[in-house]
Amino acid sequence: MRYSALSILKQALSGNRLWQPAWREPQPKPHYDVIIVGGGGHGLSTAYYLAKEFGITNVAVIEKGYIGSGNVGRNTTIIRSNYLLEGNNPFYEFSLKLWEGLERDFNYNAMVSQRGIVNLFHSDGQRDDYARRGNGMRMHGVDAELLDREQVRKMMPYLNFDHARFPILGGLYQKRAGTVRHDAVAWGYARGADQRGVDIIQHCEVTGIRRENGLVVGVETTKGFIGCNKLALAAAGNTTTVGRMADLDLPIETHVLQAFVSEGLKPVIDHVITYGAGHFYISQSDKGGLVFGAEIDFYSSYAQRGNLQTVEHTMEEGVSLIPGLSRAKVLRSWGGVMDMSMDGSPIIDRTPVDNLYLNCGWCYGGFKATPASGFCFAHLIAKNETHHVSRFMRLDRFERGYMIDEAGKGPQPNLH
Amino acid sequence: MASLITCPHCGTRPKEEFSIRGAAAPKRPAPAAKDEVWHRYVYVRDNPKGRVLEYWHHVAGCRRWLVVDRDNFTHEVFGVMDASDFERVRGVE
Amino acid sequence: MTSYRLGLGGEINRAQSLSFTFDGRAFKGFEGDTLSSALLANDQMLMARSFKYHRPRGVVTAGSAEPNALMTIGAGVRSKPNVRATVVELYNGLVAASQNRWPSLKHDVASINDYLSPFLGAGFYYKTFMWPALFWEKLYEPLIRRAAGLGKIVMQADPDRYEKSWAHCDLLVIGAGPAGLMAALAAGRAGARVILADEGFRFGGSLLSENAVIGGVRAPDFAAGLVEELATLPNVTLMPRTTVFGWYDDMVFGAVERVQKHLALPSPDLPVERLWRIVAKRAILAAGAEERPLVFGGNDKPGVMTAGAVRTYLNRYGVAVGGKVAVFTSGGSGYRTAADLVGSGVDVAAIIDTRSQSSDPVPQGVRVIRGGSVIATSGRHRIDGLIFERSGFEEVIGCDALAMSGGWSPIVHLMCQRGAKPVWSDDRQAFLAPDVGAAFVAAGSAAGHSSLGDCLKDGAVKAHAALEALGRLVGRLDVPEVEGEYDSAFAPLWYVPGAKDKAFVDFQNDVHVGDLGLAQREGFGHIEHTKRYTTAGMATDQGKLGNVNTAGIVAGMRGVSPAEIGTTTFRPFYTPVSFGVLAGTARAEHAAPVRTSPLHGWAKKNGATFVESGLWYRSAWFAREGEKAWRESVDREVLNVRENTGLCDVSTLGKVEIFGKGAAEFLDRVYSNGFLKLPVGKARYGLMLREDGIVFDDGTTSRLSDYHYVMTTTTAYAAEVLSHLEFAAQTFWPELDVRFVSSTNQWAQMSVAGPKARIVMSRIVQDDISDAAFPFLAAGEVTLRGGLRGRLFRISFSGELAYELAVPAGYGEAVADAIMEAGREEGICAYGVEAMNVLRIEKGHVTHAELEGRTTADDVGLGRLMAMQKPDFIGKRLSTRFGLTAADRLQLVGLKPVEADKEIKAGAHLLREQAKPSLANDQGFVSSACFSPTLGHFVALAMLKSGRERFGERIMVWDGLRGAEVLVEVCPPVFIDPQNAKLHL
Repeated sequence: MRYSALSILKQALSGNRLWQPAWREPQPKPHYDVIIVGGGGHGLSTAYYLAKEFGITNVAVIEKGYIGSGNVGRNTTIIRSNYLLEGNNPFYEFSLKLWEGLERDFNYNAMVSQRGIVNLFHSDGQRDDYARRGNGMRMHGVDAELLDREQVRKMMPYLNFDHARFPILGGLYQKRAGTVRHDAVAWGYARGADQRGVDIIQHCEVTGIRRENGLVVGVETTKGFIGCNKLALAAAGNTTTVGRMADLDLPIETHVLQAFVSEGLKPVIDHVITYGAGHFYISQSDKGGLVFGAEIDFYSSYAQRGNLQTVEHTMEEGVSLIPGLSRAKVLRSWGGVMDMSMDGSPIIDRTPVDNLYLNCGWCYGGFKATPASGFCFAHLIAKNETHHVSRFMRLDRFERGYMIDEAGKGPQPNLH
Repeated sequence: MASLITCPHCGTRPKEEFSIRGAAAPKRPAPAAKDEVWHRYVYVRDNPKGRVLEYWHHVAGCRRWLVVDRDNFTHEVFGVMDASDFERVRGVE
Repeated sequence: MTSYRLGLGGEINRAQSLSFTFDGRAFKGFEGDTLSSALLANDQMLMARSFKYHRPRGVVTAGSAEPNALMTIGAGVRSKPNVRATVVELYNGLVAASQNRWPSLKHDVASINDYLSPFLGAGFYYKTFMWPALFWEKLYEPLIRRAAGLGKIVMQADPDRYEKSWAHCDLLVIGAGPAGLMAALAAGRAGARVILADEGFRFGGSLLSENAVIGGVRAPDFAAGLVEELATLPNVTLMPRTTVFGWYDDMVFGAVERVQKHLALPSPDLPVERLWRIVAKRAILAAGAEERPLVFGGNDKPGVMTAGAVRTYLNRYGVAVGGKVAVFTSGGSGYRTAADLVGSGVDVAAIIDTRSQSSDPVPQGVRVIRGGSVIATSGRHRIDGLIFERSGFEEVIGCDALAMSGGWSPIVHLMCQRGAKPVWSDDRQAFLAPDVGAAFVAAGSAAGHSSLGDCLKDGAVKAHAALEALGRLVGRLDVPEVEGEYDSAFAPLWYVPGAKDKAFVDFQNDVHVGDLGLAQREGFGHIEHTKRYTTAGMATDQGKLGNVNTAGIVAGMRGVSPAEIGTTTFRPFYTPVSFGVLAGTARAEHAAPVRTSPLHGWAKKNGATFVESGLWYRSAWFAREGEKAWRESVDREVLNVRENTGLCDVSTLGKVEIFGKGAAEFLDRVYSNGFLKLPVGKARYGLMLREDGIVFDDGTTSRLSDYHYVMTTTTAYAAEVLSHLEFAAQTFWPELDVRFVSSTNQWAQMSVAGPKARIVMSRIVQDDISDAAFPFLAAGEVTLRGGLRGRLFRISFSGELAYELAVPAGYGEAVADAIMEAGREEGICAYGVEAMNVLRIEKGHVTHAELEGRTTADDVGLGRLMAMQKPDFIGKRLSTRFGLTAADRLQLVGLKPVEADKEIKAGAHLLREQAKPSLANDQGFVSSACFSPTLGHFVALAMLKSGRERFGERIMVWDGLRGAEVLVEVCPPVFIDPQNAKLHL
């Protein structure tokens, strides 16, 4: 069923009784060309692009909970491509370009809203870092502007310009960045994949990976064995658990990141803002909630919940940056489990097992990558060769000494 | 854990007094160990869901490095020991 | 007359009248009122508009679950949006305003949405607004944003104060209703340290609203008696107006105390709110139960509210919510409400019971319709009647309020915040608290008990169990008899069939049963999908009233038990908490601690401009009269250092004292270069790597005696380096005898640099500091003229003859003054970090602008410091990986403009001449740049691909971001004195 204003009109006149399911609930077939483990944003987008771009439709997405139950529905909805390093920048720009055409592509309004991001800086050194980043972006044709203090003040007069511990000196501005309605991304990809023949199998947990002669032949699941020619892992925070079933050694540590939403408020924050003197970031959803977050809790965790100290720290940074927030009330906090990699950058690669493919290590930046991650992973699975924008995101880069260390923090995952 | 940690030297203290480094299971290899061993030490993590040993540093207390034995899903803490003691025990094993 | 104040009764102080306004109209209430009870007493039933359809709304509850009656309280910078009128303690001068309506609450233009609702069902926005492409951001989204949102926030600084505290107790009791009071009393009498917290301004919970008699006294008086005794117990802390909002690891609870939220003008001497982190050995959740609304057509009209709320307004506040009240119930609560209304002289239009039979006592003269269903209500700004159906016949009844009861849901929120899910009970027809271990248990109606007597008893029982576990049980509390109880049993009816209007499950978000059905049809069957697709449970009340009904209705649609549907996840915060209280005092200038150097005062009186550097304030430059731009000061300072001498405060550099017989070996392992043979009395530059072979930090370490070294680190990495050293010593090599202590704060350290430095310093230092006696890299203790002992280091960041003198922090300013005085004839000047930066760039010294966490020693030309012949040092093994030694890596070079007047800026990238800007053509970047007054043009340090092979090459500095391109020549990164002659003067 194609969605449009007309379809809404027609359905409304028949009492909204004839809407069809957005996706089927099929029983698993005995065998698929490709099985994707993980029905989150990346797994679903991989399935969608496998079907749409590479003509591979005999595909199953296997999800242990409900689709979108992981980080695609737990993040702070920010999309951007303001990266520094050559290993990241073209990939995220490719992703942003896919976002820009996504809704018409999959006929689902995920509310891609290019409201712009400003990364604030508070020292000359930070300005130089952002200038380097912005120039790198421009070199790749990505939009970037360096704003001075007065330009920032004009855009965001409510920031703390007069009593800040760390004065705002300016910001790096990417206009094309923005936010997306996160759940709708999962649903849009699921619907698009389903329409092209992909089986989305929810409430089906993978309990083992069966190998014969060194090759993966399928997965054991709570719904029985399902065979496949190629197996693709997109399990985010649970990557290690699934990877161990195939004896993969991974440069991943799982951490919890909290996110927050305030009560609904009339629009006050138009942009996405990041605080350069801390880790705080914030935007306001179309519904009116302020959506924000800051740092991980720092200890390894598979629990989708965090600690009060981190909550307080987040609010301290928020009120320091935007004094007016003091009277707003935070409604809800939650946590997502992150596959933090050893250099803060992701992995989209083959594995030592020939027909086993890996997509992981997104740390807490995976949402914005959803389209490109799926596209590049699909490309890799379909053609058995790396897409050029993800060519640095290799599993063996650590052994070779080609880390993509955007933060320059080294091999300690909780610092990225 | 994550709210309170009982430091073997200072007693029960709030989390904000500590900084956390990460997994304590990887042991620094001998200088002459193979490249592969060094690679695994620096980059590969077991990362199990459940019971883990983790390095915590009591930065705002005794400044000792501690090994916290905890469950990373329930956040229950089973024990905390001084890292030097931990290394000595591990060295013997 | 519709809603009104009764002539008698209620737990209010009728002697104390309070004035307040709502939407500009003046009203009066009494002390003890909430804002909602006072509004009802003034016949103001219409209080709000719903979020999506802008339907008129009144209150549904009398407590913290209220989804409708959200208001903005206060004015100007003290205005607070989205406050529930049901929990606002009335005070004199309170100013309240309705929200999300235009032009007025009564006449809200956006209520047209209600008529368009067939097109605005759940998730409609996902299906449209996609064409044309540009219209979403230009047209649709701005319209949606403007329409959405609830209250308005004033984006100005908050004038009020907040603070945070820790509290510790044996037993935390959450909720001071019947169970909580009894639990607190049992534990309090036993001598346990008890904290009793309740969100209300008066302890008693449901006891304040009920007509029962306990131990021979009225329920409110019984509560007051218990509170009176508790207040006399020194081991019991009573915390009214305190909401426990979260349960965190290790039995830490987050709570917010509203210290002054009930005052028009808070005292500046107290916080308005206080955050409590309560550490409890045991905790009892006695939060009560929430009465479920019934889901029937038109159940959202102003005047429709829960039966319990009607009783609360009646019994506690002396307010009749209507002149003629109808009751629609699935259990005893409705009958009790009717009885109380009749007892207070209020007309009850009828009791419509969803059950075909019940044994609940019917008040005299009240009509009971058994097996009846309300299918519609009439009235717009207030209900004026209802249509019920029974056995296929419909009948209209006139009424101006409707009390509804769909049964009870225990409030188990807190116990489900750490992963445990509530458990469905077929017996209780409710989700009960999960077993989360003995340390935290539910009591009373939160534990599923229904009668008042059972709740009182359960509070004592749960406290006894906790006391026993704590080893404090001494005797048991007697539980008094209760008279006049009603049977609160109910037969759940999740959805009343035959609705002729929308039947709402989530009032605020306007989610009705049709939306839930649509979600099921479209495949959003999982309760989390249903929630996210329809937004049921996502409003400010987080589904306190609606979530259980949603689960029940979805279960019904799918033909399964609510147990199979489950609930969505309970998460903090139980009720919304202000950013302000969670931030506490850490805001504005106090957002982070301030560190100042021992020479801060000296710098200040010498005219320093300070700059933030991490937590430090460092002197950036020292402007003199007539200097208008910072560059004038910096240029002068640089030239003066190069020609005469200058004094720079370097106290912020990290300083670590290192002791022990193993110190030499230790240093040899943490630095990449050799330290074993460093003699006493010498300083050495050291490079520290991370284990991945990347440079971590640099600095000098000096050997003061055989087993005592002092290390300096960069200002930025001082804390990290100390942690790194401690980690290495305690975990890698615990057998090495080595100890550390930070002495950063203990020493004031001054760099005196320039060709005349020795002349000046020899007037300060008693010892012989000639080049022969104290050569470059000499280090050791010295005596200052006057007898003060200090440490002197002959090290130089500027490239000039330089001494760094460290003296105990308290002497810093006096010594600095003395140096300035001693150097007056030589033209000494104070210089700041800006000049220091210029000096080091001219000399080609790197900082973290170059050592940015991705550079190797070789990248910055320090490959000679990689002592690979050493058996081990941190970072050695991984430093040889291919990628870290590849020929095309970026290497440190110098840049100078071909045209001398061109400016180079850090952050620019590098291109071959004529090359187009692209990542493929990117040759590197400018890491540091400055105007060199010594050379008369800009100079820069840059990281350039294979840079050291490219000296002499002309390349383009490309700064597209700032619209500049500058042709430069690549040169070695040392612009002055490459032979280091000046260091050895």
